[in-house]
Amino acid sequence: MSRRDLVVVGNGMVGHKFLELLLEDERREEWNVVTFCEEPRLAYDRVNLSSFFSGKTAADLSLAEPGLYEEAGVTVLLGDRAVSIDRQARRVASAKGARVRYDKLVLATGSAPLVPPIPGRESQGCFVYRTIEDLESIRSYAAQARTGVVIGGGLLGLEPANALNHMGLETHVVEFAPRLMAMQVDEDGGRILRGKIEALGVSVHTGKNTSEIVAEGGRVTQIRFADGGALAADMVVFSAGIRARDELARECGLAIGERGGVTIDDRCRTSDPDILAIGECAQYRGRTYGLVGPGYQMARTAVSTVTGGDAKLGTFDMSTKLKLMGVDVASFGDAHATRPGCRVVAFTDSADGIYKKLVVSADRQRLLGGVLVGDASSYGQLLQLTQNQIPLRGRPEQLILPQSPGANPPALGVDALPEAATICTCQNVAKGVICRAICDEKLSSVGAIKAATRAGTGCGSCTPLLGEILGREMKKAGKSVSNHLCEHFPRSRQELYHLVRLHRIRGFDELIAKHGRGSGCEICKPAVASILASTWNEHVLDDDRVGLQDTNDRFLANIQRDGSYSVVPRVPGGEITPDQLIALGRTAKHFGLYSKITGAQRVDLFGARLEQLPEIWRELIAAGFESGHAYGKALRTVKSCVGSTWCRFGVQDSVSMAIRLENRYKGLRSPHKLKSAVSGCARECAEAQGKDFGVIATEKGYNLYLCGNGGMKPQHAQLFAPDLDEETLIRYLDRFLMFYVRTADRLQRTASWFNNLEGGIEYLRKVLIEDSLGVCAELEAEMAHIVATYRCEWKATIEDPAKLSRFRTFVNSAAPDPSLVQIRQRAQHRPATWQEKAPLLREAVR
Amino acid sequence: MNAVAIQSAAQESWEDVCSLDDVLPGTGVCALVAGQQVAIVRASDTVYAIGNFDPFSKAFVLSRGIVGDRGGIPKIASPIYKQSFDLRTGQCLDDARVRVPTYEVRVERGRILVCCQPRAGGSSGA
Repeated sequence: MSRRDLVVVGNGMVGHKFLELLLEDERREEWNVVTFCEEPRLAYDRVNLSSFFSGKTAADLSLAEPGLYEEAGVTVLLGDRAVSIDRQARRVASAKGARVRYDKLVLATGSAPLVPPIPGRESQGCFVYRTIEDLESIRSYAAQARTGVVIGGGLLGLEPANALNHMGLETHVVEFAPRLMAMQVDEDGGRILRGKIEALGVSVHTGKNTSEIVAEGGRVTQIRFADGGALAADMVVFSAGIRARDELARECGLAIGERGGVTIDDRCRTSDPDILAIGECAQYRGRTYGLVGPGYQMARTAVSTVTGGDAKLGTFDMSTKLKLMGVDVASFGDAHATRPGCRVVAFTDSADGIYKKLVVSADRQRLLGGVLVGDASSYGQLLQLTQNQIPLRGRPEQLILPQSPGANPPALGVDALPEAATICTCQNVAKGVICRAICDEKLSSVGAIKAATRAGTGCGSCTPLLGEILGREMKKAGKSVSNHLCEHFPRSRQELYHLVRLHRIRGFDELIAKHGRGSGCEICKPAVASILASTWNEHVLDDDRVGLQDTNDRFLANIQRDGSYSVVPRVPGGEITPDQLIALGRTAKHFGLYSKITGAQRVDLFGARLEQLPEIWRELIAAGFESGHAYGKALRTVKSCVGSTWCRFGVQDSVSMAIRLENRYKGLRSPHKLKSAVSGCARECAEAQGKDFGVIATEKGYNLYLCGNGGMKPQHAQLFAPDLDEETLIRYLDRFLMFYVRTADRLQRTASWFNNLEGGIEYLRKVLIEDSLGVCAELEAEMAHIVATYRCEWKATIEDPAKLSRFRTFVNSAAPDPSLVQIRQRAQHRPATWQEKAPLLREAVR
Repeated sequence: MNAVAIQSAAQESWEDVCSLDDVLPGTGVCALVAGQQVAIVRASDTVYAIGNFDPFSKAFVLSRGIVGDRGGIPKIASPIYKQSFDLRTGQCLDDARVRVPTYEVRVERGRILVCCQPRAGGSSGA
């Protein structure tokens, strides 16, 4: 049978999805496939386009694996645009003069940014935000701009606003509607969103009709509003909406919707049954769809139509979840409560900027939709309840009211979902498919589920649900989610810790020979190095241990993005003499180091080359400094307020206490970093409740708080014991720290360790105060060993020529690393970006 | 050996970069080989050489990664974002599209010699 010709016009996300699905189809062999791609590169992830500004490259965003099309025999006309369709001759003509015959034609031409017909819109400094090329132009123009205005405060407008804000421009968002994201959120949600975005330093102007863009010498200088107001602007980004690219279809006489878009039926056929249309250029049931989910559904249906299947388009899920400028925004189902008889339950917290609204059925038994702003962590669950019409247990407000700390979240687990429930709406993967894949293919990680089923590879918002399904399935199968360290050790960190101690194992080779397999990896080696250090406290750079250390521990400094290092000397309690400050300054100046005060009351010196580290430390040690262990999973600092010595409110000497604690626990290696603080009174200026262990002075002694956390997921520490005297405080801390070191998983901070402890703070009190496990004496002895064997790692290194010899950039040359290029900024130096230094290094990267 | 092979062998130049003892087992060092930064890595019994440039972080750091194996494949993990590279082929094990250059290595009388030209096949990058 001779092959027929299939031509796809457009290689955006949906065009690519169509080809990807077609190539997997068994009837794919019947087709000769040709695709047009107008952009200079194949399909890329336009949903995450903005990540281009945070360092992703075009290659990172690419969707088509190189070679995929070539290997599959698809002809790609890259950088060529289809300009006309001759339906009589069944031929597509291209801008470069190609004529391509088709039996079936698929239009996936997408959409173009809508630029409102405002006078001056052609001036230099006006941009749209759609392609990688657009972003490149914005980036280069922004370098000389001070003020940027984004026209459009909808879903599409907030992304470029974020980008401009990040590039350091004074940023304004101008929206015609009375609120931001009018399509997705309601008035109250819009107000909370606005507050959050203004707090980031972006000015928001709603209800504004832009009437003119003023230019001088051809370049934008100002925008004017219909109400007479104006804004100074060096650049303008239009992001006010999109319009379907239906020109090709129009010109060849296909039916077009009233508001644009090529009209299609439920099989994605246009008014000419041999021409299909999919994605943003298609108009179905009176409207076009700008989300990738419906686009992918059309791609699936079109593949079915072309290969003789009978799939039909269903209803589209227009639910959206985004993180816009760091603010969660989600809307799902009947978000605007349009269903007759429906009721609304809402929760507003203007202090924390959280707004949650649920639309429920009149009998409150079913969830119909909702809006979430500021915290969309429950989006996946709520969407499932809505889509599957699962009867609500209990009152609907329980689903959105904040949980008191420690309380169990309401049970609406994945178990409640039917097999047919769509978990991943982007890739259309049902719960049953995921469960079967886990079971049949013995999957044991979310990554493996993604690879096997494609679930979670679209917008990614269902990833937490995948984790939950995995946990349940493994449990059902009688397996727990593996706590094995990695492929080399079929044991948990806690088990390995006990083996090391019990069998007095002092080296990695011995441990892996007896209890593991293979040669190790970047997961187990540092974990074992940490266990060995917590147990025996020998130097981390001894010959048989140096290869286990992460680069930071291996060179006793913190690696930075360009491969240079930063140096942080210890400043116990944050107390520093003028002479020490001068010494730090002198060393920083001597080596040209960028200096910054850290959040932990220390000074960080950046930009040291590997071979400079020993020289820098020779100077610092001579000035009386010790290693600060900023590079290690170890105790970092004990921060303090100035306390009763100076402060008129202080009730205890918090500085002395902080210095005592820091000197006691310095050098302790632990599963993750440890931070601490001591406050001299209840005003809590040292922020001790945000630390792994925190101490707050009282009239009678010290309150001890445990397991707090700043960082990614802040959590307040819990009051463990009140009004302790100094010796009791230290005894409890010895026990606590060693208990954590013994039992935590690799890279588990105390807060998440605590959250997984059954029995919570009560249990911890029983173990550490009442000694319910009978381990307290052991824990104290183990800590006493660590304290007694402390040595400054840097001092020991300086004194050991063998260790020092490893601090060189090149084994065969004393030359400095030519890839470390610095640029002057605010009277110091910063590393050059890749763009800045790439031209200098072209030879080095062949 | 025919004439063509002799000619190509003659064009290959090698550089003596360091002693085997300069590289502890299970670690890497960086050498300058004909102006290129090359990571010399000692994994169990074998010495490998791959480009020192990490295409993900765009920093010259691969020699400072942790050496180990994945399913028996000898590899090194970038110290910046932790992608792993097959020491034999330079293939990134976490991204099929990425590969770093590799170099022939010889150990002679306790010295490590590296071929100045990367193996054919070349790199492709993130």
